[in-house]
Amino acid sequence: MSSERATSGGLPVGPAGPYAPVPYRVRSRTEETADIATLVLAPVDGAVTPSSAPGQFNMLYAFGIGEAAISISGAPDGALVHTVQALGATSRALFAAPPGSCVGVRGPYGNGWPLERAVGRDVVLAAGGLGLPPLRPLLYRLLAERERFGRIEVVYGARTPKSLVFYEEIQRWRARSDLRFQVTVDAAGRDWYGDVGVVTTRLPDARFDPANTVAFVCGPEVMMRFTAKALLERGVPAEAIFLSMERNMKCAVGFCGHCQFGPEFVCRDGPVLPYARIAPYLGVREL
Amino acid sequence: MSTESPTARIARLEAHEFFRGLPAGLVRAAAGAAALRSYRVGEFLLREGRDAEEFIAVEQGKVALEVFAADRARLTVQTVGPGEVLGWSWLLSPHRWTLDAIASKPTQVVAVNAAVLRERLAAHPEEGYAFLLRLLPVLAGRLHGLRVQLLEADVL
Ligand SMILES: Cc1cc2nc3c(=O)[nH]c(=O)nc-3n(C[C@H](O)[C@H](O)[C@H](O)COP(=O)(O)OP(=O)(O)OC[C@H]3O[C@@H](n4cnc5c(N)ncnc54)[C@H](O)[C@@H]3O)c2cc1C
Ligand code: FES
Repeated sequence: MSSERATSGGLPVGPAGPYAPVPYRVRSRTEETADIATLVLAPVDGAVTPSSAPGQFNMLYAFGIGEAAISISGAPDGALVHTVQALGATSRALFAAPPGSCVGVRGPYGNGWPLERAVGRDVVLAAGGLGLPPLRPLLYRLLAERERFGRIEVVYGARTPKSLVFYEEIQRWRARSDLRFQVTVDAAGRDWYGDVGVVTTRLPDARFDPANTVAFVCGPEVMMRFTAKALLERGVPAEAIFLSMERNMKCAVGFCGHCQFGPEFVCRDGPVLPYARIAPYLGVREL
Repeated sequence: MSTESPTARIARLEAHEFFRGLPAGLVRAAAGAAALRSYRVGEFLLREGRDAEEFIAVEQGKVALEVFAADRARLTVQTVGPGEVLGWSWLLSPHRWTLDAIASKPTQVVAVNAAVLRERLAAHPEEGYAFLLRLLPVLAGRLHGLRVQLLEADVL
Protein backbone atom coordinates (compact mmCIF):
# COMPACT_ATOMS: atom_id res chain seq x y z
CA MET A 1 0.00 0.00 0.00
CA SER A 2 1.30 3.38 -0.85
CA SER A 3 1.04 6.39 1.47
CA GLU A 4 2.23 10.02 1.19
CA ARG A 5 5.19 10.55 3.46
CA ALA A 6 5.00 13.46 5.92
CA THR A 7 7.31 16.33 5.03
CA SER A 8 9.05 18.98 7.07
CA GLY A 9 9.88 22.18 5.22
CA GLY A 10 9.78 20.18 1.97
CA LEU A 11 12.09 17.49 3.36
CA PRO A 12 10.93 13.90 3.66
CA VAL A 13 10.58 12.77 7.22
CA GLY A 14 12.02 9.40 8.16
CA PRO A 15 11.05 7.44 11.25
CA ALA A 16 13.90 9.02 13.22
CA GLY A 17 13.34 12.67 12.20
CA PRO A 18 13.72 14.96 9.21
CA TYR A 19 17.46 14.43 8.59
CA ALA A 20 17.59 10.70 9.18
CA PRO A 21 17.85 8.55 6.07
CA VAL A 22 14.73 6.79 4.84
CA PRO A 23 15.32 3.16 3.86
CA TYR A 24 15.00 2.43 0.13
CA ARG A 25 15.37 -0.86 -1.65
CA VAL A 26 17.45 -1.26 -4.79
CA ARG A 27 14.94 -2.37 -7.44
CA SER A 28 17.44 -2.68 -10.23
CA ARG A 29 21.10 -2.05 -10.94
CA THR A 30 22.66 -1.39 -14.33
CA GLU A 31 26.41 -1.30 -14.79
CA GLU A 32 27.12 1.65 -17.06
CA THR A 33 30.90 1.20 -17.02
CA ALA A 34 33.43 -0.80 -14.99
CA ASP A 35 33.04 1.61 -12.05
CA ILE A 36 29.72 3.41 -12.62
CA ALA A 37 26.30 1.91 -11.89
CA THR A 38 22.75 3.24 -12.12
CA LEU A 39 20.44 2.23 -9.29
CA VAL A 40 16.65 2.42 -9.35
CA LEU A 41 15.34 2.79 -5.79
CA ALA A 42 11.93 2.48 -4.14
CA PRO A 43 10.95 3.25 -0.53
CA VAL A 44 10.94 0.08 1.58
CA ASP A 45 7.64 1.11 3.23
CA GLY A 46 5.87 1.51 -0.12
CA ALA A 47 5.51 5.29 0.31
CA VAL A 48 5.54 7.62 -2.68
CA THR A 49 9.00 8.80 -3.73
CA PRO A 50 9.16 12.56 -3.16
CA SER A 51 9.24 14.44 -6.46
CA SER A 52 12.36 16.39 -7.28
CA ALA A 53 13.53 19.16 -9.57
CA PRO A 54 16.13 18.43 -12.26
CA GLY A 55 19.60 19.06 -10.80
CA GLN A 56 18.73 18.22 -7.19
CA PHE A 57 20.59 15.56 -5.22
CA ASN A 58 20.03 13.15 -2.37
CA MET A 59 22.31 12.05 0.41
CA LEU A 60 22.65 8.29 -0.05
CA TYR A 61 23.65 6.27 2.98
CA ALA A 62 25.51 2.99 2.63
CA PHE A 63 24.51 1.45 5.95
CA GLY A 64 27.40 1.22 8.38
CA ILE A 65 29.81 2.92 5.96
CA GLY A 66 28.84 6.51 5.24
CA GLU A 67 26.88 9.04 3.26
CA ALA A 68 27.56 10.65 -0.12
CA ALA A 69 25.80 13.35 -2.11
CA ILE A 70 24.50 11.79 -5.32
CA SER A 71 22.52 13.61 -8.01
CA ILE A 72 19.12 12.41 -9.11
CA SER A 73 19.59 11.06 -12.62
CA GLY A 74 16.09 9.84 -13.52
CA ALA A 75 12.89 11.52 -14.65
CA PRO A 76 11.70 14.11 -12.09
CA ASP A 77 8.36 12.39 -11.46
CA GLY A 78 9.40 8.79 -12.01
CA ALA A 79 11.17 6.27 -9.82
CA LEU A 80 14.20 7.44 -7.89
CA VAL A 81 17.30 6.89 -10.03
CA HIS A 82 20.92 7.53 -9.07
CA THR A 83 24.13 6.96 -10.99
CA VAL A 84 27.14 6.32 -8.78
CA GLN A 85 30.85 6.10 -9.50
CA ALA A 86 32.93 3.93 -7.15
CA LEU A 87 35.64 6.18 -5.71
CA GLY A 88 35.90 5.87 -1.91
CA ALA A 89 34.41 3.45 0.60
CA THR A 90 30.86 4.89 0.51
CA SER A 91 30.52 5.26 -3.21
CA ARG A 92 32.10 1.83 -3.74
CA ALA A 93 29.44 0.27 -1.49
CA LEU A 94 26.64 2.16 -3.29
CA PHE A 95 28.02 1.20 -6.69
CA ALA A 96 28.03 -2.45 -5.66
CA ALA A 97 24.58 -2.45 -3.96
CA PRO A 98 22.76 -5.45 -5.47
CA PRO A 99 19.02 -5.53 -6.30
CA GLY A 100 17.07 -6.23 -3.11
CA SER A 101 19.60 -4.54 -0.82
CA CYS A 102 18.80 -1.39 1.17
CA VAL A 103 20.30 2.09 1.10
CA GLY A 104 19.31 5.15 3.12
CA VAL A 105 18.04 8.23 1.32
CA ARG A 106 17.53 11.75 2.55
CA GLY A 107 16.60 14.63 0.31
CA PRO A 108 16.01 15.88 -2.27
CA TYR A 109 18.30 18.81 -1.58
CA GLY A 110 19.63 21.77 -3.51
CA ASN A 111 18.11 24.20 -5.94
CA GLY A 112 18.29 22.41 -9.29
CA TRP A 113 18.66 23.87 -12.78
CA PRO A 114 16.77 27.14 -13.39
CA LEU A 115 14.67 25.70 -16.23
CA GLU A 116 12.40 28.74 -16.50
CA ARG A 117 15.39 30.86 -17.55
CA ALA A 118 15.55 28.76 -20.71
CA VAL A 119 11.97 29.29 -21.89
CA GLY A 120 11.95 30.80 -25.38
CA ARG A 121 15.73 30.48 -25.69
CA ASP A 122 18.29 28.15 -27.18
CA VAL A 123 19.63 25.72 -24.61
CA VAL A 124 23.15 24.31 -24.38
CA LEU A 125 23.85 21.36 -22.08
CA ALA A 126 27.54 20.61 -21.61
CA ALA A 127 28.47 17.52 -19.63
CA GLY A 128 31.86 16.11 -18.72
CA GLY A 129 32.15 12.55 -17.37
CA LEU A 130 29.72 12.03 -14.52
CA GLY A 131 28.23 15.45 -15.29
CA LEU A 132 25.67 13.82 -17.58
CA PRO A 133 23.56 12.12 -14.84
CA PRO A 134 22.56 15.43 -13.16
CA LEU A 135 21.71 16.88 -16.59
CA ARG A 136 19.58 13.92 -17.70
CA PRO A 137 16.46 14.91 -15.69
CA LEU A 138 16.76 18.38 -17.22
CA LEU A 139 16.97 16.92 -20.72
CA TYR A 140 13.87 14.80 -20.04
CA ARG A 141 12.03 17.95 -18.98
CA LEU A 142 13.24 19.99 -21.97
CA LEU A 143 12.09 17.24 -24.34
CA ALA A 144 8.75 16.79 -22.55
CA GLU A 145 8.03 20.50 -23.08
CA ARG A 146 9.95 20.76 -26.33
CA GLU A 147 7.91 23.61 -27.90
CA ARG A 148 8.78 25.98 -25.03
CA PHE A 149 12.47 26.09 -25.99
CA GLY A 150 14.58 27.02 -28.99
CA ARG A 151 17.39 24.79 -30.21
CA ILE A 152 18.71 22.17 -27.84
CA GLU A 153 22.42 21.39 -28.15
CA VAL A 154 24.01 18.77 -25.92
CA VAL A 155 27.77 18.22 -25.81
CA TYR A 156 28.93 15.28 -23.74
CA GLY A 157 32.56 14.37 -23.18
CA ALA A 158 34.11 11.39 -21.44
CA ARG A 159 37.64 10.06 -21.01
CA THR A 160 37.27 7.09 -23.34
CA PRO A 161 34.40 5.33 -25.17
CA LYS A 162 34.32 2.80 -22.31
CA SER A 163 33.56 5.52 -19.78
CA LEU A 164 30.41 6.81 -21.54
CA VAL A 165 27.23 6.42 -19.45
CA PHE A 166 23.65 5.93 -20.78
CA TYR A 167 25.08 4.63 -24.04
CA GLU A 168 21.85 3.14 -25.49
CA GLU A 169 19.81 6.18 -24.58
CA ILE A 170 22.38 8.48 -26.17
CA GLN A 171 21.91 6.62 -29.46
CA ARG A 172 18.15 7.35 -29.24
CA TRP A 173 18.79 11.01 -28.44
CA ARG A 174 21.22 11.27 -31.34
CA ALA A 175 18.56 9.90 -33.68
CA ARG A 176 16.11 12.69 -32.77
CA SER A 177 15.70 15.65 -35.07
CA ASP A 178 14.60 18.13 -32.39
CA LEU A 179 17.86 17.92 -30.49
CA ARG A 180 21.55 17.81 -31.38
CA PHE A 181 23.61 15.51 -29.18
CA GLN A 182 27.37 15.51 -29.74
CA VAL A 183 29.59 12.98 -28.02
CA THR A 184 33.34 13.29 -27.73
CA VAL A 185 36.04 11.39 -25.86
CA ASP A 186 39.55 12.42 -24.80
CA ALA A 187 41.20 9.41 -26.42
CA ALA A 188 40.03 6.30 -28.27
CA GLY A 189 41.12 3.22 -30.13
CA ARG A 190 40.34 2.25 -33.74
CA ASP A 191 36.92 0.88 -32.77
CA TRP A 192 35.62 4.39 -32.07
CA TYR A 193 34.28 6.30 -35.08
CA GLY A 194 33.08 9.32 -33.14
CA ASP A 195 34.77 12.59 -32.23
CA VAL A 196 37.91 12.80 -30.14
CA GLY A 197 38.85 15.96 -28.23
CA VAL A 198 37.82 17.75 -25.05
CA VAL A 199 34.25 19.12 -24.74
CA THR A 200 35.29 22.64 -25.73
CA THR A 201 36.46 21.37 -29.15
CA ARG A 202 32.83 20.46 -29.97
CA LEU A 203 31.34 23.81 -28.94
CA PRO A 204 32.22 25.68 -32.14
CA ASP A 205 30.04 23.13 -33.95
CA ALA A 206 27.06 23.70 -31.68
CA ARG A 207 24.37 25.84 -33.30
CA PHE A 208 22.79 28.42 -31.03
CA ASP A 209 22.16 32.13 -30.90
CA PRO A 210 24.62 33.19 -28.16
CA ALA A 211 22.74 36.28 -27.03
CA ASN A 212 19.58 34.24 -26.63
CA THR A 213 21.04 31.11 -25.06
CA VAL A 214 21.05 29.59 -21.61
CA ALA A 215 23.81 27.08 -20.85
CA PHE A 216 23.79 24.38 -18.19
CA VAL A 217 27.18 22.87 -17.45
CA CYS A 218 28.19 19.97 -15.24
CA GLY A 219 31.46 18.08 -14.98
CA PRO A 220 34.91 18.28 -13.44
CA GLU A 221 35.64 21.83 -12.28
CA VAL A 222 38.38 22.35 -14.87
CA MET A 223 36.04 21.29 -17.66
CA MET A 224 33.33 23.65 -16.38
CA ARG A 225 35.75 26.56 -16.14
CA PHE A 226 36.98 26.16 -19.71
CA THR A 227 33.50 25.46 -21.06
CA ALA A 228 32.17 28.62 -19.43
CA LYS A 229 35.07 30.57 -20.93
CA ALA A 230 34.38 29.15 -24.40
CA LEU A 231 30.68 30.01 -24.06
CA LEU A 232 31.54 33.57 -22.98
CA GLU A 233 33.84 33.89 -26.00
CA ARG A 234 30.95 32.79 -28.23
CA GLY A 235 28.90 35.64 -26.71
CA VAL A 236 26.73 33.84 -24.16
CA PRO A 237 26.23 36.27 -21.24
CA ALA A 238 27.82 35.22 -17.91
CA GLU A 239 24.39 35.45 -16.23
CA ALA A 240 23.04 32.82 -18.64
CA ILE A 241 25.68 30.19 -17.79
CA PHE A 242 24.92 27.87 -14.87
CA LEU A 243 27.34 25.38 -13.34
CA SER A 244 26.56 22.52 -10.96
CA MET A 245 29.26 22.62 -8.29
CA GLU A 246 30.61 19.72 -6.28
CA ARG A 247 31.89 20.10 -2.75
CA ASN A 248 32.27 17.64 0.11
CA MET A 249 29.03 17.48 2.04
CA LYS A 250 28.05 16.45 5.51
CA CYS A 251 24.70 17.87 6.64
CA ALA A 252 23.44 18.91 3.16
CA VAL A 253 21.05 21.39 4.76
CA GLY A 254 23.19 24.47 5.30
CA PHE A 255 24.26 23.88 8.93
CA CYS A 256 27.79 22.55 9.00
CA GLY A 257 29.61 24.72 6.48
CA HIS A 258 31.45 21.75 4.97
CA CYS A 259 30.41 22.61 1.45
CA GLN A 260 31.35 26.28 1.52
CA PHE A 261 32.41 27.71 -1.83
CA GLY A 262 33.23 31.41 -1.59
CA PRO A 263 30.21 32.98 0.10
CA GLU A 264 27.90 30.12 -0.97
CA PHE A 265 26.98 26.86 0.68
CA VAL A 266 26.76 24.44 -2.23
CA CYS A 267 24.11 22.28 -0.52
CA ARG A 268 21.78 25.19 0.24
CA ASP A 269 22.54 27.88 -2.38
CA GLY A 270 23.49 25.36 -5.07
CA PRO A 271 24.55 22.96 -6.36
CA VAL A 272 23.58 24.98 -9.44
CA LEU A 273 25.18 28.41 -9.33
CA PRO A 274 25.33 31.16 -11.96
CA TYR A 275 28.78 31.59 -13.46
CA ALA A 276 28.51 35.36 -13.05
CA ARG A 277 28.37 34.90 -9.27
CA ILE A 278 31.02 32.24 -8.79
CA ALA A 279 33.61 33.10 -11.45
CA PRO A 280 35.96 34.80 -8.93
CA TYR A 281 36.10 31.60 -6.90
CA LEU A 282 36.76 29.38 -9.90
CA GLY A 283 40.25 30.81 -10.27
CA VAL A 284 39.05 33.00 -13.13
CA ARG A 285 40.75 36.34 -12.82
CA GLU A 286 38.71 38.32 -15.29
CA LEU A 287 35.07 38.35 -16.22
CA MET B 1 41.29 19.61 -58.59
CA SER B 2 43.20 19.66 -61.87
CA THR B 3 39.94 19.29 -63.79
CA GLU B 4 38.44 22.31 -62.06
CA SER B 5 38.78 25.78 -63.53
CA PRO B 6 41.15 28.12 -61.63
CA THR B 7 38.12 30.19 -60.58
CA ALA B 8 36.36 27.13 -59.17
CA ARG B 9 39.52 26.14 -57.27
CA ILE B 10 39.79 29.59 -55.71
CA ALA B 11 36.10 29.53 -54.80
CA ARG B 12 36.58 26.14 -53.18
CA LEU B 13 39.39 27.42 -50.96
CA GLU B 14 37.59 30.67 -50.20
CA ALA B 15 34.64 28.64 -48.96
CA HIS B 16 36.85 26.70 -46.56
CA GLU B 17 36.68 28.00 -43.00
CA PHE B 18 40.47 28.18 -42.67
CA PHE B 19 41.06 30.20 -45.85
CA ARG B 20 38.01 32.44 -45.60
CA GLY B 21 39.11 36.09 -45.46
CA LEU B 22 42.83 35.41 -46.01
CA PRO B 23 44.59 37.74 -48.52
CA ALA B 24 43.29 37.05 -52.03
CA GLY B 25 46.82 36.69 -53.51
CA LEU B 26 47.61 33.96 -51.00
CA VAL B 27 44.37 32.08 -51.66
CA ARG B 28 45.04 32.30 -55.42
CA ALA B 29 48.57 30.97 -54.98
CA ALA B 30 47.37 28.14 -52.72
CA ALA B 31 44.59 27.21 -55.18
CA GLY B 32 47.18 27.03 -57.96
CA ALA B 33 49.13 24.40 -55.98
CA ALA B 34 46.16 22.46 -54.65
CA ALA B 35 44.81 18.99 -55.33
CA LEU B 36 41.49 17.50 -54.28
CA ARG B 37 41.72 14.05 -52.68
CA SER B 38 39.23 11.54 -51.34
CA TYR B 39 39.82 8.84 -48.75
CA ARG B 40 37.82 5.79 -47.75
CA VAL B 41 37.29 4.86 -44.11
CA GLY B 42 40.52 3.40 -42.72
CA GLU B 43 42.79 4.97 -45.35
CA PHE B 44 45.82 6.92 -44.11
CA LEU B 45 46.10 10.57 -45.08
CA LEU B 46 49.54 10.84 -43.57
CA ARG B 47 51.99 8.75 -41.57
CA GLU B 48 54.23 9.67 -38.68
CA GLY B 49 57.86 10.23 -39.72
CA ARG B 50 57.05 10.72 -43.42
CA ASP B 51 57.86 13.98 -45.19
CA ALA B 52 55.19 16.60 -44.63
CA GLU B 53 54.80 17.73 -48.22
CA GLU B 54 51.26 19.07 -48.12
CA PHE B 55 49.09 21.38 -46.12
CA ILE B 56 45.79 19.56 -45.77
CA ALA B 57 42.42 21.25 -45.26
CA VAL B 58 39.46 18.95 -44.59
CA GLU B 59 36.36 19.68 -46.68
CA GLN B 60 34.15 16.76 -45.74
CA GLY B 61 34.27 13.75 -43.46
CA LYS B 62 36.32 13.08 -40.37
CA VAL B 63 40.01 12.38 -39.79
CA ALA B 64 41.42 10.73 -36.67
CA LEU B 65 44.86 11.85 -35.49
CA GLU B 66 46.58 8.88 -33.93
CA VAL B 67 49.65 8.35 -31.81
CA PHE B 68 51.38 5.03 -31.72
CA ALA B 69 53.63 3.61 -29.03
CA ALA B 70 55.16 0.19 -29.58
CA ASP B 71 53.87 -1.16 -26.27
CA ARG B 72 50.37 0.25 -26.58
CA ALA B 73 47.41 0.16 -28.89
CA ARG B 74 46.96 3.00 -31.33
CA LEU B 75 45.29 5.93 -29.66
CA THR B 76 43.21 8.60 -31.34
CA VAL B 77 43.99 11.87 -29.61
CA GLN B 78 41.85 14.19 -31.72
CA THR B 79 39.46 14.16 -34.62
CA VAL B 80 39.44 16.84 -37.29
CA GLY B 81 36.39 17.67 -39.36
CA PRO B 82 35.14 19.97 -42.14
CA GLY B 83 36.62 23.46 -42.01
CA GLU B 84 39.65 22.29 -40.02
CA VAL B 85 43.26 21.60 -41.03
CA LEU B 86 45.76 18.84 -40.31
CA GLY B 87 48.67 20.22 -38.36
CA TRP B 88 51.70 22.36 -38.94
CA SER B 89 54.59 19.92 -39.44
CA TRP B 90 54.75 20.93 -43.13
CA LEU B 91 55.72 24.45 -42.04
CA LEU B 92 58.37 23.62 -39.44
CA SER B 93 61.70 22.08 -40.22
CA PRO B 94 62.42 19.15 -40.62
CA HIS B 95 58.96 18.94 -42.30
CA ARG B 96 58.02 15.49 -40.99
CA TRP B 97 54.63 14.42 -39.72
CA THR B 98 54.53 13.67 -35.99
CA LEU B 99 51.18 11.83 -36.04
CA ASP B 100 49.26 9.39 -38.16
CA ALA B 101 46.05 10.65 -39.73
CA ILE B 102 43.42 8.17 -40.82
CA ALA B 103 39.95 8.70 -42.32
CA SER B 104 37.26 7.63 -39.85
CA LYS B 105 34.50 8.67 -42.30
CA PRO B 106 34.62 9.02 -46.09
CA THR B 107 36.73 12.14 -46.35
CA GLN B 108 37.53 14.80 -48.92
CA VAL B 109 40.41 17.21 -48.49
CA VAL B 110 42.19 19.96 -50.34
CA ALA B 111 45.94 19.29 -50.24
CA VAL B 112 48.18 22.28 -50.99
CA ASN B 113 51.78 21.70 -52.04
CA ALA B 114 53.74 22.65 -48.92
CA ALA B 115 56.91 23.82 -50.70
CA VAL B 116 54.92 26.27 -52.85
CA LEU B 117 53.01 27.50 -49.81
CA ARG B 118 56.17 27.95 -47.71
CA GLU B 119 57.84 29.93 -50.47
CA ARG B 120 54.80 32.13 -50.91
CA LEU B 121 54.54 32.82 -47.17
CA ALA B 122 58.27 33.63 -46.92
CA ALA B 123 58.17 35.93 -49.96
CA HIS B 124 55.08 37.83 -48.77
CA PRO B 125 55.54 38.44 -45.03
CA GLU B 126 52.15 40.16 -44.66
CA GLU B 127 50.43 37.12 -46.07
CA GLY B 128 52.68 34.94 -43.93
CA TYR B 129 51.64 36.83 -40.83
CA ALA B 130 47.93 36.58 -41.68
CA PHE B 131 48.37 32.86 -42.34
CA LEU B 132 50.16 32.29 -39.03
CA LEU B 133 47.41 34.11 -37.18
CA ARG B 134 45.04 31.49 -38.67
CA LEU B 135 47.29 28.57 -37.89
CA LEU B 136 48.22 29.50 -34.33
CA PRO B 137 44.70 28.97 -32.92
CA VAL B 138 44.86 25.41 -34.30
CA LEU B 139 48.04 24.85 -32.30
CA ALA B 140 46.62 26.70 -29.29
CA GLY B 141 43.48 24.54 -29.47
CA ARG B 142 45.54 21.34 -29.32
CA LEU B 143 47.57 22.68 -26.38
CA HIS B 144 44.41 23.76 -24.61
CA GLY B 145 42.91 20.30 -24.99
CA LEU B 146 46.03 18.74 -23.53
CA ARG B 147 46.01 21.18 -20.64
CA VAL B 148 42.40 20.38 -19.77
CA GLN B 149 43.17 16.66 -19.91
CA LEU B 150 46.21 17.08 -17.65
CA LEU B 151 44.30 19.16 -15.11
CA GLU B 152 41.35 16.76 -15.12
CA ALA B 153 43.72 13.85 -14.61
CA ASP B 154 44.98 15.66 -11.48
CA VAL B 155 48.62 14.95 -12.32
CA LEU B 156 49.84 18.50 -11.68
C1 LIG C 1 25.87 17.98 -5.38
C2 LIG C 1 26.69 16.77 -5.63
C3 LIG C 1 26.23 15.82 -6.53
C4 LIG C 1 26.98 14.66 -6.76
N1 LIG C 1 26.49 13.74 -7.64
C5 LIG C 1 27.14 12.59 -7.81
C6 LIG C 1 26.60 11.57 -8.64
O1 LIG C 1 25.53 11.71 -9.23
N2 LIG C 1 27.30 10.42 -8.76
C7 LIG C 1 28.50 10.21 -8.11
O2 LIG C 1 29.08 9.14 -8.24
N3 LIG C 1 29.05 11.17 -7.35
C8 LIG C 1 28.40 12.34 -7.17
N4 LIG C 1 28.93 13.30 -6.36
C9 LIG C 1 30.26 13.07 -5.78
C10 LIG C 1 30.15 12.20 -4.60
O3 LIG C 1 29.42 12.81 -3.58
C11 LIG C 1 31.57 11.90 -4.10
O4 LIG C 1 32.34 11.33 -5.10
C12 LIG C 1 31.42 10.96 -2.98
O5 LIG C 1 31.18 11.74 -1.87
C13 LIG C 1 32.61 10.10 -2.77
O6 LIG C 1 32.41 9.58 -1.50
P1 LIG C 1 33.28 8.41 -0.93
O7 LIG C 1 33.09 8.44 0.54
O8 LIG C 1 32.97 7.17 -1.67
O9 LIG C 1 34.73 8.82 -1.32
P2 LIG C 1 35.75 9.67 -0.47
O10 LIG C 1 36.21 8.87 0.67
O11 LIG C 1 35.19 11.02 -0.22
O12 LIG C 1 36.90 9.75 -1.53
C14 LIG C 1 37.62 8.60 -1.85
C15 LIG C 1 38.74 8.90 -2.78
O13 LIG C 1 38.24 9.31 -4.03
C16 LIG C 1 38.75 10.56 -4.35
N5 LIG C 1 37.68 11.29 -4.97
C17 LIG C 1 36.56 11.71 -4.37
N6 LIG C 1 35.78 12.35 -5.24
C18 LIG C 1 36.44 12.31 -6.43
C19 LIG C 1 36.15 12.79 -7.72
N7 LIG C 1 35.00 13.41 -7.97
N8 LIG C 1 37.05 12.55 -8.71
C20 LIG C 1 38.21 11.91 -8.46
N9 LIG C 1 38.52 11.43 -7.25
C21 LIG C 1 37.67 11.64 -6.25
C22 LIG C 1 39.19 11.19 -3.06
O14 LIG C 1 40.23 12.12 -3.25
C23 LIG C 1 39.62 10.02 -2.26
O15 LIG C 1 40.94 9.68 -2.54
C24 LIG C 1 28.21 14.47 -6.11
C25 LIG C 1 28.69 15.43 -5.23
C26 LIG C 1 27.93 16.57 -4.98
C27 LIG C 1 28.44 17.57 -4.02
S1 FES D 1 26.94 20.27 3.73
FE1 FES D 1 26.64 21.22 5.65
S2 FES D 1 26.40 23.28 5.07
FE2 FES D 1 26.44 22.26 3.18
